Amino acid sequence: MSRDTALVSVDWAEKNLDTPGVVFVEVDEDTTAYDAGHIPGAIKLNWKTDLQDPVRRDALSKEQFEALLSERGISNDDTVILYGGNNNWFAAYAYWYFKLYGHRDVRLMDGGRKKWELDGRPLVKDVPNRPKTQYVAKDPDLSIRAFRDEVVAAIGKKNLVDVRSPDEYAGRLLAPAHLPQEAAQRGGHIPTAINVPWSKAANEDGTFKSDEELRELYREAGLDENKETIAYCRIGERSSHTWFVLHELLGYKNVKNYDGSWSEYGSLVGVPIALGDEPGEA
Amino acid sequence: MTAPTSSGCAAPDQAAPLPASVDLARETVISGVVQTASGEVVAGAYVRLLDSSGEFAAEVVTSPAGQFRFFAAPGTWTLRALSRHGNGDTSVTVDRGLNEVTVTVG
Repeated sequence: MSRDTALVSVDWAEKNLDTPGVVFVEVDEDTTAYDAGHIPGAIKLNWKTDLQDPVRRDALSKEQFEALLSERGISNDDTVILYGGNNNWFAAYAYWYFKLYGHRDVRLMDGGRKKWELDGRPLVKDVPNRPKTQYVAKDPDLSIRAFRDEVVAAIGKKNLVDVRSPDEYAGRLLAPAHLPQEAAQRGGHIPTAINVPWSKAANEDGTFKSDEELRELYREAGLDENKETIAYCRIGERSSHTWFVLHELLGYKNVKNYDGSWSEYGSLVGVPIALGDEPGEA
Repeated sequence: MTAPTSSGCAAPDQAAPLPASVDLARETVISGVVQTASGEVVAGAYVRLLDSSGEFAAEVVTSPAGQFRFFAAPGTWTLRALSRHGNGDTSVTVDRGLNEVTVTVG
């Protein structure tokens, strides 16, 4: 993978709004921004109501993913361009999903909604009507998804990258600073995890930093490129952003997203937790 | 009925009132508006909360009335706003409770 196959610029996007076979999809936790105005021709996916199993806490099954894309009119041959607010976190999560189920050509729009808006590019309220399709997903590619037992076993052995803010990592905050701080689980991080906040991988306009800057960032933080890597955050969307950087932009092998993340790990009985700014011992 | 799904980390609606569950005796709330030099409020500005070392902590989008709100901790923070009217920074030192601040862009 590389920048050429995983990412498009806002310029490219604006020039390809009407290109047949290119589908723009806005993804967010809450899609009120889409309803107020979106990229012309874009459809929406709601992280909360479309991209989670409605009963169990889990990713959609293959059948659920097929039903969702068929209903929204996305076909296996479409080039899917994902973008969203919140610095593309939820778009990156959806990207990871499309890869999990083997979609052929999916890309993120660099900078997401923020870059598009700050540039003053067009937004419309018209909702496109896409005919239904018969989407066929592949079996989930579990080489990019980590589960809790694997995470516990990775302590002191694999690269664990905690992409939350330094205060969440240290256990001083339980959620990002734009959210109230009440939460049931314990604070802290997985022992031996390094802390590279997702925001260090992005410029302030939401675009990704250059490959050279990104490589240097993770190397300096202590990521060993020869080891397998698991990225996590609180619920798995900020870590999708970092998974995207490591696996899709930089092309590192064996990088998984732990979508259970701290909201699962920090509630497990009996697992080790490290507090403070240092990774801690295995 | 709300679907029983996990809550994400997305920035909430900045025009919504402070949730009743927020205890101002415990939380450090930084709230305010983004405005231009001539005092017009800026809707849809991206406001970033940076810690005392300049590191990013959080980002929200201002409401139609230009409002933003963060849940931080006592200490010194920088608020940086990006908008189509230009960008601007304001540094604040805050305590527990409600801390109000204005960020001017242009």
